[in-house]
Amino acid sequence: MWSLLQIEMFKISRRPRTYIAFAAISAIVLIFQFAFKADGSSYMNLMLQSVQDSFELDRIKAINGYFMCYIILNTLLVQVPILVALIAGDAISGEANMGTLRLLLTKPVSRTQLLLVKFMASFIFTVALLLWMAVMALFLSMAIFGVDDMLIFRVSGEESQILQIGADDVLWRYFAAFGYAAIALTVIAALALLLSIYAENSIGPIIATVCIVIICTIVSNIGVPIIDKNVKPWLFTSYLVGWKGFFYIGTNADGQPIPGSLENWPAIRKSLFILIAHIVILLGISIAVFRKKDILS
Amino acid sequence: MYHFIKLVTLFLFYSIASPAQDIETILEKARIKINQVNDYQASGKMKTNVAFLKVPVANITVYFKKPNKLKLKSEKGVSFIPKGAVSINMNSLLESDRFTIIDAGTEKINNVMMRVAKLLPLDDNSDVVLSTVYIDPSNFVICKAKTTTRENGTYELVMTYGKYIAYGLPDRIVFSFNTRDYKLPKGVTFDFDDGSEKKKPEDLKNKKGKAEIDFNSYIINKGVQDNIF
Repeated sequence: MWSLLQIEMFKISRRPRTYIAFAAISAIVLIFQFAFKADGSSYMNLMLQSVQDSFELDRIKAINGYFMCYIILNTLLVQVPILVALIAGDAISGEANMGTLRLLLTKPVSRTQLLLVKFMASFIFTVALLLWMAVMALFLSMAIFGVDDMLIFRVSGEESQILQIGADDVLWRYFAAFGYAAIALTVIAALALLLSIYAENSIGPIIATVCIVIICTIVSNIGVPIIDKNVKPWLFTSYLVGWKGFFYIGTNADGQPIPGSLENWPAIRKSLFILIAHIVILLGISIAVFRKKDILS
Repeated sequence: MYHFIKLVTLFLFYSIASPAQDIETILEKARIKINQVNDYQASGKMKTNVAFLKVPVANITVYFKKPNKLKLKSEKGVSFIPKGAVSINMNSLLESDRFTIIDAGTEKINNVMMRVAKLLPLDDNSDVVLSTVYIDPSNFVICKAKTTTRENGTYELVMTYGKYIAYGLPDRIVFSFNTRDYKLPKGVTFDFDDGSEKKKPEDLKNKKGKAEIDFNSYIINKGVQDNIF
């Protein structure tokens, strides 16, 4: 199994498309960093437009590395599913397209083992992508903009809020958020892998995965009460942004943030459970389908 | 009988000859007290209580220099400083040549009978429309001030004095101000809906903002650099 995984990782590393994802992330992050370095105040003014008559805020301090990373992740984690689908959607269909799937299955490994290895390779790629995001969006931003207290602009129900997290209370939240994002993106990888089993070329499952993510995201955010109540809780896209829960700091009765606290840990735990359940179900279906897949026709 | 009439006459004479201090005298004495301070640097903690702001208690330093320079700075981290907080400088309120002073009687605050003065600005274009100050007539310090402005609503200051009462500088200031309803542009934040019950917007409207500043220490008349302001 370990040798199989090494072979899969070698194959992924030899494909040029693998590096498209890393290049795209680097480009987006650098563009954001340049834009905020040049004119971050405009963004701050937009977010503070209704309170800047009442309060003074040191915008230079507020636009720091932690804040930048949050803004970048907010944008990037919408697009990263596409990058994950690029690799996971190619896992089985790519082999079928090149005619190597039959050859691969003549080896003394079970189909279940082969699929699990393909899934693990996709998972490792997802984690590598997130680590690269952490390096570029978090550590590079910290180097460029420095660190200070972090501001979170948030809409909770119909109430808009500004949360402030102390500088020494932020880093662990990012580690937790990246961990959560790894699980959330693994759902996309599992979905793309399942679709990949049905296809003979890579384009179909990649596009299908992206379409499913887009449609489910729209449904998750449409804001129609009947959908919010009956459909939204079952869609994995409703939980993709759950990493933000680590930045919703708990507050005391006076509205002061409590360092080291989370506003709603049970909700994050529930989201994690639902995402893991999605992974298990999608992977289970993939194994069942792949074991019965006709590879002779 | 003669002695009794003499005593009553003397009492009446002194009652007429030494009336309760008039409000202008009290304000002038408060002004003299504050005027001892040419500059100060005060460190303290500021607790901001605004419905939409979830911010921690900030360590702040207040710098003041005559005649009207005042700056609040956060020692560390990001801080939301209420813009009207500059009105904690009482000097401007006590410049008698800028206001018409009206005696508004007395009012009891915390079991102390305060003298109340209404200050109407002489300048028609002044942002301040009306100020009401509540003065402790025995210590000659302003304990409460309400200022109504054209642009930024009404500010209210409640001051508690302690160690620095001789200079007219408070140990604690509670500053209340009007806040606007904070609304983020829609579709910008992409928030995580954790499914919890959310507050109704009605509960959040018409709330006044409040900043409570507790001063630990003052450095008085030791000089403050101009570049701080």
